[in-house]
Order: sequence, then C-alpha cells, then structure tokens
Amino acid sequence: MSVCTLRIDDQDVAIAAGSTVLQAIRSAAIAVPTLCHLDGLSPVGACRLCLVEVEGSERLLAACVTTVQDGMRIHTNSSRLQEMRRTLIELLFSEGNHICAICVANGQCELQDLAVRVGMDHSRFSYRYPNRCVDLSHPQFGLDHNRCILCTRCVRVCDEVEGAHVWDVGWRGEHCQIISGLAEPWGAVEACTNCGKCIEVCPTGALFHKGEGTDEKHGHPGRLAALVQGRSRQELEP
Amino acid sequence: MSTRRTIQIDPVTRIEGHAKISIHLGPDGLVETARFHVTEYRGFEKFCEGRPFTEMAAITARICGICPVSHLLAAARTGDKILAVSIPPAAEKLRRLMNLAQIIQSHALSFFHLSSPDFLLGWDSDPQQRNIFGLISANPELARGGIRLRQFGQGVIEALGGRKIHAAWAVPGGVRAPLSAKTRDQITAGLPEAHAVVRQGLDVLKQLLDQHLREELHVFGEFPSLFLGLVGKGDRWEHSSGGDCAGVRVMDSDGSVVADGLSEDDYASYLSEAVEPWSYLKFPYFKALGPEAGSYRVGPLARLNLCERIGSEQADRELLEYRDRGGRVVTASFLYHLARLIEILACLEQMERLLDDPEILATHVRARAEVNCFEAVGISEAPRGTLLHHYCVDENGLIERVNLIIATGQNNTAMNRTITQIAKHDLTAAELAQPQLKEALLNRIEAGIRCFDPCLSCSTHASGSMPMRVQLFGADGALLDQVSRG
Repeated sequence: MSVCTLRIDDQDVAIAAGSTVLQAIRSAAIAVPTLCHLDGLSPVGACRLCLVEVEGSERLLAACVTTVQDGMRIHTNSSRLQEMRRTLIELLFSEGNHICAICVANGQCELQDLAVRVGMDHSRFSYRYPNRCVDLSHPQFGLDHNRCILCTRCVRVCDEVEGAHVWDVGWRGEHCQIISGLAEPWGAVEACTNCGKCIEVCPTGALFHKGEGTDEKHGHPGRLAALVQGRSRQELEP
Repeated sequence: MSTRRTIQIDPVTRIEGHAKISIHLGPDGLVETARFHVTEYRGFEKFCEGRPFTEMAAITARICGICPVSHLLAAARTGDKILAVSIPPAAEKLRRLMNLAQIIQSHALSFFHLSSPDFLLGWDSDPQQRNIFGLISANPELARGGIRLRQFGQGVIEALGGRKIHAAWAVPGGVRAPLSAKTRDQITAGLPEAHAVVRQGLDVLKQLLDQHLREELHVFGEFPSLFLGLVGKGDRWEHSSGGDCAGVRVMDSDGSVVADGLSEDDYASYLSEAVEPWSYLKFPYFKALGPEAGSYRVGPLARLNLCERIGSEQADRELLEYRDRGGRVVTASFLYHLARLIEILACLEQMERLLDDPEILATHVRARAEVNCFEAVGISEAPRGTLLHHYCVDENGLIERVNLIIATGQNNTAMNRTITQIAKHDLTAAELAQPQLKEALLNRIEAGIRCFDPCLSCSTHASGSMPMRVQLFGADGALLDQVSRG
C-alpha cells in the first residue's frame, strides 16, 4: 500500500494513497465541519462546508471528494474559509423555513449545531420563505420539505445501504426537492421497506417519526458506519 | 378644547399587547363613548395551516410568553381528540398541575407587577414610579412576595416541562415525562411561602376595598352581563376540561343559568364573533341573545360567579366573603383583582391535593395512536378566561383549518363598556374644560382595561411590548387630545 504524505495546518500527515482529504484531516484530529458527508455513505460534496485551501489551487476544494496527493499543503481554518462556512450556513437557513423553536430536531439538529459552531448569530441574507409542503402520507414517518437542506443522505442511504432507492432529487434550481418514487406521496411508494434509515441519517428535522413533537427527534447517524462496517465483514448478514 | 395637542408619557404601561383607547365626545361636549382598539395582528390561524397537528402545541404556545401553558394545554387537548384517546390518569393530573401553576404565575404578574401599583401607590402618583419598581421602593415586602409567588408558579412549570416558558411538554395523548418524587417534594416545599404571599395580598386588597377603593367598585365596569366558563361536577370551580369537568356554563347577572353542560365541540352553535372595523380584536357573543345582550365576561370573575363552591377550605371561605362584598353574582369588574387572588389560593390548595395523590407519580403518561378524528375542539381555562382551539386536519394529520377563541377577545365588549363607564364618570365637563387632561384620570381609564388583565398578544396574536394611546375625539371627529406611552 503506497502512502502519501501531506501537510495540514502545519501538521505532517501520512495516509494511504486514494484516501480523501477529509479522511486525512480527520486522521490528524483536525475539526472540519461537514453536513452532507456521513461515514458509510458515498461522498457527494453537496454542502461544501468541508471546503479547504490547497496550495497551488486557486479554487477551494471540498475535502470529502478530493483525493490526497503526495506533498499537498492544506489549510482548513483560514479566515476566508471561516467566512465561507458561515455564509453557507446562512444560505441554508435563508433558503428554507427553519423554525428551530418548534422543530422536532431542536437540540439534536446538525444544522443548528453548525450554526452555533460557525458563529451565525443572524442571517445576512433575506429569508426566502418558500412555500413548501409536509408529506405525512407514510404510516410511520413524515417528510417536511421546509427543513430539508438537500444533503441527499436519505437518497444515498436508501440506495446504497437499504437498496430500496425510494428517494431521489427532483426538479431543478430553486425548485429542487427530495422526491419519493416518481414524485409520489411517500405512503404510495411500494419500494419503501419502512426501515427508517433515512430518518436516522437526516441531519435536520426534515425526516422524522410521525407523532414526534418539538425536540423529540433523536437521530442516530453514527450507527450507519457500524452497520456498513459490520456488513463489509459479513458480521450482519442474515 | 379646540386646539389639538399631544402629551407623551413614559414608561410603557402595564398590560400585555398593543392597543390604544379613543374617547369620543358628543355634541354636548361630554363623553359619549370610549373604544379600546387593538391594533396588532399576527395571523397564527393562517400560518398553522399545512403543519402537522402534533406541532400545534409548540406553535400556539408561541402566541404568548405569559400564558403559553394555556395554549399548550388547549392544543394538547385538541390533539387528544384527533387521536381519539383517553389520556392516562397521571397525565391528566400533571396537566392540571401545570395549569394551576400557570394561573398562579399569571395572576401574580397581573396583580403584583401590573395592577397593584395603581391602587397601592395611588392613581395620581408619579407615573415614573407607578410600576413594580415603585412598588419595590414603597412596599418591598409585598413586591418581593409577588415576585416570589410568580417565581413559584414559573418554577413548577419548569420542574414539569423543563423550562419556564414554552415548555413543549403537553403533547397529544398526554405529557412527555412523568413527575419524580424528588420534584414533587421540591414543589411541595414551596407551597407554604406561596400561601403566605397570597394571604398578604388578600389582606392588603380587602383593606383597600373597604377604604379607598369603594368608588372604583361602582365605576370600573359595573354592569350586568352574561358570564361564561367551565364548571366542575357538583357546581365546583373548574379550570380544566378533563376529569371532573361538567362542561361550559353560561350565567346571567341575576344568577339564572342561561345554558349549562355545553360541550366545546358545539361552540359554533352557541358562540358567534362580531367584527368592528376599528379593532383587530373580535367581539364574541352568546349567539342566542345577539351581540348586545349576548356579550359576556370570562376569567376569574366569571369562574367564581359560575361555581357554587371552589372545593377547598380557605378558598371557599374567601369566596363567601367575596360574595358578601359583591353579591352572589359579582358584576363589578374591579373585583377581577380580588377574584384573581382567591383563585391563586384555590390553585395552591388544589396543587397541594394533587401532589398528595400517589397516582401523580405514575410513569405511564402518554397514549399513542394515529389520526382517528378529522375535526376537534379543545377547551381550557386560561388565567384570563375560557380558551378554545378548533382544528380540522386531513387524513394524515395536516392542519387544514384553525380557529382560536381567546379569553381576552371574549371580554372585549366588557372592556369597551368599562372604559366608557370610567370616562363618563371621570371626564366631567369641568375636567374636559382644562387645558390639559390629567394623566391620573387617563390612567384610571387604562386601569379599567387592566382589571381584565388582557393579553392582546394572545387575542390578536400581536407581538411586542405595549405602547398604548388614549385619544380624545370631539363630536366632529377631530382629535382633541392624546396621551401615548411607549
């Protein structure tokens, strides 16, 4: 196995070739915020929160989808990156209808935690207040598009782990939204196995158990990595 | 009085919400009518549409920071009906406990913080001092007691729901968490001090009513009207629609029961709402008698009129004395203040009884079910009066329509009659001839509103503090004088 050596924020890091920059950053115990990324799912670079500066590159690169190269010099926490991350979080808030006070995920929300982490005390962008709906047609679960940030964790977990592929991203631009089946009500999609993995990995209160009220959602995104690892070792096969 | 002038008074006056008063003079130059205009609008009924009904408790609790528990409980009760479940007995008792705590803290705020400075410091005392801070200077023991009493009520809410304001604890089907023995003991330990404070408040107010406030009894909104509210089985005082509640009663000023055992489910058959172009606050009335004769009062005064007894020793003793003072059916709105203190006493005694019940520690506190009913009405007695939440949902539980009938709105006609009565009495020809209206007189008109402890942020879902304006209009509609605060 060949190894790449790189320098991240003045730390020398050695990591297996083919790893992602995010893996390298985490192996050095450096904290970089992520939202769409989840261990156990393929990376998509949708949220752009893990952007880093790589010397020699004018563009900022998403650490989760960038492969390490020998000799890379990476900066993860410059003032430019801090500003960029706060801006991204503000845009996510202004784009949807995130009313934390009444949200099922209040206190357990990754978006909310990140807003605190990046120092977002207000949004510098006007809120769009889009007119979005709630789908409660499933007997056990609900989807509130107002709280969806299009991280696509649900799309990936349903496709890659559960193999049901209930979810997709429909439409384009500002009209983009998560769709079940062929943009049918969730309850009408026969492919859904009711496994609830999408609920577990959703970083916000967009996907939830029906009947849950404010503050009552407790997602467990960390369980996914254990599940995927167990399957890879054939520990969890039937 | 032909010249137009404006008088600014600071600080903000002492009610919850946003309003103004206009006083209209007739052709003879005397007061013809006074109007209480509520000038804010928030639109909760509209923007709740499309949300899951399970969120309604948390959303509607945000209507108010003073009485969020009332909305929480009414919404949870409506949610119970949508699920079509009977909630566990312990949950019923815990909800009652929280409502008692809510009534205590809200009444303590109304009496000690907002209203008592008027009659303890004097109508004509310095407006800069006529507030809770002035009271702290003049009567620190009473002020501290009032603050502690409110703190006790808020503390019980926090102990049950995790936080003092907007505790999302009552849910459709019951409550989220049971009560521990440790928390029960903590609440019990606070009861003796709370009893002492309310006793002190009762003694002070009764003494004032016997001496300096006799005139106010007859001037501050004394008129016949209907009274509406919940009553318990055996004609007992009631504050919650669960358990031993015997439904809604409507009583006339002569003590005759106009309607009894009414269900909240049928509220639209016996209540209607009139609208005036000059206020966002609607004017509910008892349908059978029309907008004028059907106007009614709700809240502490109504609840004490509607019941025969409270059902606890000390409060019943006070109730008897209260009726000696005001009659079997009290029509003097100024006695809302006394009724509030008696209700605090009743709440403390009922709280004691609930905490002694071992069932309140039961751990099964939530029933779970799917949507089984598409339309439901929940009712609860908020500190200010009867509160109704009416939801229609689709088969998945998404809200299609909401109607909220709030206590303050139901007192709207009575509040207008009260300020008209005070204005006619106090703003005599001699006073109106003065180059500038006395602030104390206008404060008395505002105090007429304070008797009802209106929560305008609830009733119109308004927001913000309470800049209030009093305007004086001549017969030709010209603005003659104006006092504004805030």
